[in-house]
Amino acid sequence: MYNPTVARLTYRALLGRRRALILCVLPALLLVVSAAVRAMNGADDAVASQLLGGFALATLVPLVGVIAGTGAIGPEIDDGSVVYLLSKPVPRPSVILTKFLVASGVTAVFSAVPVLVAGFVLNGNSQQIAVAYALAAVVASIAYSALFLLLGTVSRHAVVIGLAYALIWEALIGSLVGGAKTLSVQQWALALAEKVAGSGADISSAVGLPTAVVLLVVVTVGGTLFAGQKLRTLTLAGEE
Amino acid sequence: MSPDRTPAHAAQAPAPAPPGSAGPAPAGGGRPGRGQDVIHNIGYRGYEGPRLGRSYARRALFSQTLRGAYGLGRSAKSKVLPMLLFAAVSVPAAIVVAVSVVAKSDDLPVGYSEYVLMMQPLIGIYLAAAAPQAFSLDLRFKTTPLYFSRPMERGDYVAAKFAALAAALFVFTAVPVLIMYAGALLAKLGFADQSGAAAQGLVFCVLFALLHAAIAAWIAALTPRRGFGIAAIIVAVTVPFFLITALQGIAWTSDSREAVGWLGVASPGTLLDGIQSRFLGGTSQFPGGQDLTGAQGAVYLVVLAALLACFYALLQRRYRKAGL
Repeated sequence: MYNPTVARLTYRALLGRRRALILCVLPALLLVVSAAVRAMNGADDAVASQLLGGFALATLVPLVGVIAGTGAIGPEIDDGSVVYLLSKPVPRPSVILTKFLVASGVTAVFSAVPVLVAGFVLNGNSQQIAVAYALAAVVASIAYSALFLLLGTVSRHAVVIGLAYALIWEALIGSLVGGAKTLSVQQWALALAEKVAGSGADISSAVGLPTAVVLLVVVTVGGTLFAGQKLRTLTLAGEE
Repeated sequence: MSPDRTPAHAAQAPAPAPPGSAGPAPAGGGRPGRGQDVIHNIGYRGYEGPRLGRSYARRALFSQTLRGAYGLGRSAKSKVLPMLLFAAVSVPAAIVVAVSVVAKSDDLPVGYSEYVLMMQPLIGIYLAAAAPQAFSLDLRFKTTPLYFSRPMERGDYVAAKFAALAAALFVFTAVPVLIMYAGALLAKLGFADQSGAAAQGLVFCVLFALLHAAIAAWIAALTPRRGFGIAAIIVAVTVPFFLITALQGIAWTSDSREAVGWLGVASPGTLLDGIQSRFLGGTSQFPGGQDLTGAQGAVYLVVLAALLACFYALLQRRYRKAGL
């Protein structure tokens, strides 16, 4: 099911030219800030949790997920060059699966690794905070990749819709309407982090762990399957 | 067969006419030498009507871009997103008014400029969708050389496009403010107070629109890819805001109150927040609702002016060679 050629092309589309730069800026920013906070404030669990939860998991992971997830397929559909890929004797679900693996790998590398490093910089992994948030970032990046890859095959405005979900649904509506948090990838990932971290780490999630795991699996598997189906019946839209 | 033949005849019939009628036409146009130094004279006539000139081209580009930012004059599908976002930013304003009427309070629950700041994620997404539409597509379809082959100068193009984007953003932020103002007047909340506050709110909308349009226009002009432009603009607008807000929270909890104000300079959202709380009578969204000191206020204004000038200059510089 994994096609190395498709994988190579996707890597190049994601990391070629200036895309890699924008993907590097965000993690670099996180590392610089956490170094600065450590230097100013010293090690503090509450501060580490605040920065990793409030900035890294709430902003960094969704943004990298949107860029990598939609970037894996969106531009190809947009400029029509996906036709050349689809006309090759490669099963379309395997195209999607390969692109999903690459996108989630890129998202995990550009979000979970910096989160882990930042966690160690901030408080030396006391109470397992660094590991917990890094694990949450890995899980969230897998789910986000599946979700945004699906969006990329469904709509031409995938980036806008993905950002609207990440910024408005999860941040704005999630903070006003409690129920919206149940349908938030960020909260599912936090549920996992809550379990891993020590009891005094002050990580709390709005959903229980079993619900979170079930929803994560459903979104990831369902999203990938549906994207594969969608690609089988893809119609190319002309430029508006 | 006959329907096939008739167009052939019809096409043939006028065919001898053009050489006869087009031949004298250029000569009759008042330029006697014309027609002898061309290899093929196929009878095109020059345009002799009024030339509308640079300022007309600027105005036309401005109005086209402004309409395009809301999907007017474009396909029905491209009207959906801007209109949806416009509704999403305006409807809560009406709800705010309704709440204050039902609760019979003597003031609106949310201030005018505060409301704009609360809607920042929506405004950011609208901006990220509108700016690449205005700037990137001309680069992608290589239409910039066509613009610059007209009397229009590069400066005109940049000025018209930037003004249109800023105007679109101003409309996007000012309409909710006006809805709240109209509702406040209908609910008899005190004419003088509300007028003053709404005027300050509108000034804030102008500043907000100018700064954000300048940043987004420059980013959008850098890339011909729309999706990339959208992502880059969102990153540039929201990431510093979230980052600075998180840092301010840390500074607040670790008791360095002065630092909260200084940190706010570093992102567009918090910069405008500080300015509205210091100069435009709003309430600050900073942790603890902290106001700026005098020195900080001055620095905020200087930074705002510097950012505007800097991004506009960068945009001008970008179009020195764009699309060629």
